[in-house]
Amino acid sequence: MTVDVQTTRERFEESLADLEVPVTRTEPTDLESTLEEIVREPVIGTPLEFDAVSLPNWIDDAPTPATLEAATTSVTSASLGIADYGSVVLPARPDGSEQVSLFPELHVPILRESDLVPDMPTAIDRLGPVLRDGGSAILATGPSATADMGALVRGAHGPKAVHVVLLEDGETDE
Amino acid sequence: MSDADGRRSKAAHIRRLLETEGDAVEENTIGFNRGRYESVADLEDYEELKSEARAIKENAIERLPELIDELTATVEDNGGTVYLADDAADANRYIREVASEKDADRLVKSKSMTTEELEVNEALEADGVDVVETDLGEWVLQVADEAPSHIVAPAIHRSEADIARLFNERFNPEEPLETAEELTAFARERLGRLIREADVGMTGANFITADSGTIALVTSEGNARKSAVVPDTHVAVAGVEKIVPSVEDLSPFIELIGRSGTGQDITSYISLLTPPVESPVVDVDEPDVAFADRDDDREFHLVLIDNGRMAMREDDQLRETLYCIRCSACANSCANFQSVGGHAFGGETYSGGIATGWEAGVHGYDSAAEFNDFCTGCSRCVNQCPVKIDIPWINTVVRDRLNRGGEAGQFEFLVEGLTPDEEPGGIDLQKRLFGNYEALAKLGSATAPVSNWLAAAGPARTVLERVAGVDSRRELPEFKRETLRDWFESRGSRVDAADAKREVVLYPDTYTNHVDVDRGKAAVRVLEALDVRVRIPAVPESGRAPLSQGMIDTADERASRVYAALAEHIDAGRDVVVVEPSDLAMFRREYEKLLPEASFERLREGSYEVLEYVYGLLENGADADALGGADAEIAYHSHCQQRTLGLEPYTTTVLEEVGYDVLESDVECCGMAGSFGYKSEYYELSVDVGDRLREQFTEPEARDRIVAASGTSCEDQLGSLLERDAVHPVELLDPRRRSGR
Repeated sequence: MTVDVQTTRERFEESLADLEVPVTRTEPTDLESTLEEIVREPVIGTPLEFDAVSLPNWIDDAPTPATLEAATTSVTSASLGIADYGSVVLPARPDGSEQVSLFPELHVPILRESDLVPDMPTAIDRLGPVLRDGGSAILATGPSATADMGALVRGAHGPKAVHVVLLEDGETDE
Repeated sequence: MSDADGRRSKAAHIRRLLETEGDAVEENTIGFNRGRYESVADLEDYEELKSEARAIKENAIERLPELIDELTATVEDNGGTVYLADDAADANRYIREVASEKDADRLVKSKSMTTEELEVNEALEADGVDVVETDLGEWVLQVADEAPSHIVAPAIHRSEADIARLFNERFNPEEPLETAEELTAFARERLGRLIREADVGMTGANFITADSGTIALVTSEGNARKSAVVPDTHVAVAGVEKIVPSVEDLSPFIELIGRSGTGQDITSYISLLTPPVESPVVDVDEPDVAFADRDDDREFHLVLIDNGRMAMREDDQLRETLYCIRCSACANSCANFQSVGGHAFGGETYSGGIATGWEAGVHGYDSAAEFNDFCTGCSRCVNQCPVKIDIPWINTVVRDRLNRGGEAGQFEFLVEGLTPDEEPGGIDLQKRLFGNYEALAKLGSATAPVSNWLAAAGPARTVLERVAGVDSRRELPEFKRETLRDWFESRGSRVDAADAKREVVLYPDTYTNHVDVDRGKAAVRVLEALDVRVRIPAVPESGRAPLSQGMIDTADERASRVYAALAEHIDAGRDVVVVEPSDLAMFRREYEKLLPEASFERLREGSYEVLEYVYGLLENGADADALGGADAEIAYHSHCQQRTLGLEPYTTTVLEEVGYDVLESDVECCGMAGSFGYKSEYYELSVDVGDRLREQFTEPEARDRIVAASGTSCEDQLGSLLERDAVHPVELLDPRRRSGR
């Protein structure tokens, strides 16, 4: 096993590759151009929960039931990434980020490299206080899927595809 | 209905399911299984995680009353409501009230076995509420008006073509639906609309955390998220056993549940909802109001169900059932379930291995009786259960209780007083016959060959089939006039005490002693070739036969006698060597329930499976050249209980060491499973299960190999499936088999 010498980020990317979920690393300053290449219009989103970056202004960040139905892509922030599984943690917020991440065909979760954790116990430890404080979150791993119709199909009730955007920390790469 | 009629109608039901649903169930469960084996192999700390998960459940059930109080306070502090319902009627009354207060026309529901247990849909529909199942599998069943056949994948018995036919007939779409993609897209569109216009959303709960009031939902489709969050009212229905103390306790379950169920490392969504949630309502009447501008007043009701669970908690045997996390691993890894699915192997609600415990606890023994016998006690599910429940034991206990509640049979007068068992009158004659196999074998040997001629004769077989349900299509074992013990007594030991490296007691199990005497003789010669002095004292049957019929008192009495007969030998430093794996499994597993702890431990530590013992001798310097062996190819089928104990590698290693090329079967079970394959109602199922083994051993790379099997019944089944005789591995090591290697 090479896991021991692997960084958490490499492990996260590998897990996403196993899920056939593309991941794009980007500098915060390049977020807009990165998103331009990933999204398919119409696109909605909810305000990112990070200090350093925000959604480009061409993304509708005040969705309604009507725009939720019409959107093809959604962009929301994720609070954690779990390297062992390639999961992202999607908090439920009053701005509708939970539904926004679920309805459109393509979901683009954005998360910071510094929010990657190695494994499930660490992620759950982080979530403990949040949930005890009344918060809710989804551990989302890849797109929605079903095998109930006789074969594996992606995009059952939720997104058919997920594309993860990883914001670099600005530290030197190894 | 007479016993014979009952057996015939059961056989007909099984035959129908084998024909209509068997193939789809087989393909899907085996797929889940393969996924599980691969996925858990990636977990470095699998055993540790299972122990952790079990400890959490043990603790939670122990502290349940206190946790219910804590959870109630937490949910109410959060702004939700908790209702603790005594039974299904009580729960349904409450849920109907909630729907009626909301003037609900439609309720959307994500998959939940607990609501199936309550039959909540019927209760709500009686009030005119349109209940829509949003899980695609559940929706298929709702459209088809069918019951689930599996606790995780409810429509597992239906193929893509089946579902397409159903949808095309029912909905008459403009373009006929064909592929799984088209069916999914159609369902998503239609259900999406129904969810948007729903008044109430209902979910179950896989886990609920007492410290935060969080409902954990394990899903992949996303319908649970939509059902819980789109309408303004969420009703979660869960058995009280779903409560765990804290959020942190969820971690091992999240890592285990998907792997154990469908073989995925993790399902797409693990929803951790702490209701009432902060997410805004998706209100179709206000399509242009931004979510961020809404100020929703969400309503949340947690309906906790007792429905027999608190009584199960007080029951020392059924309590473990409450540790179950409903992952379906016991169903998927069960060879019988793989063939017939939950429409046979299930009760009013629950299906698969653990279902006997659930049905006995929540619906009563009549429901459990319908399918309890499908568990053959092969124990393949034991290591698959993520909370380490001894499922076969629960099924044995329920079988025993069913025996005691049974009506006195019409042939009771024939057996009362003749049978040396400890059971009360009233027990089914078929069970009593198989449970007293030792007595039969003694009589059979004493009167052989007459007994064999008699048993093989047409009229006798007809009577045996009619009266005791012994299928006449099965060849009966032939008793030997000279038992293994007789042979050994006149022959004597060939290793002097002074020269002996070790001294062993070869356990003369009923089959080796009375029927397959050759494998016993081979075992003696193999041990002696390795300088082991052998003794074969009189030791009673292990209790396996009565235990398999649910006759626990008889098994318990046998265990004490076996221990009494062996204790002196163990004290004298002799090892106990066992040829038949199901008897060794008694010593190592079931005796824990039947003997005092110290006795169990001593016997467990002092007994070995014969090939395991040979392996140990070779590791300690014994000379493999003294054994028989050849440059030959073997197709080897291990034994279910032997595999549960992790013993099959010893056999393959030893066989390889003496020169054999070994190909091992990878099917769950041969299907014979002791007495199971002899029973007329299960004969066809037994053959269907065995077919997977037959297929593997008739493939080009296997079909010319020598067939070997460790278990008596496996040998019998292979013999009839392949029409070539199977041998015990120890016979392949017999020095008399030595060749020019």
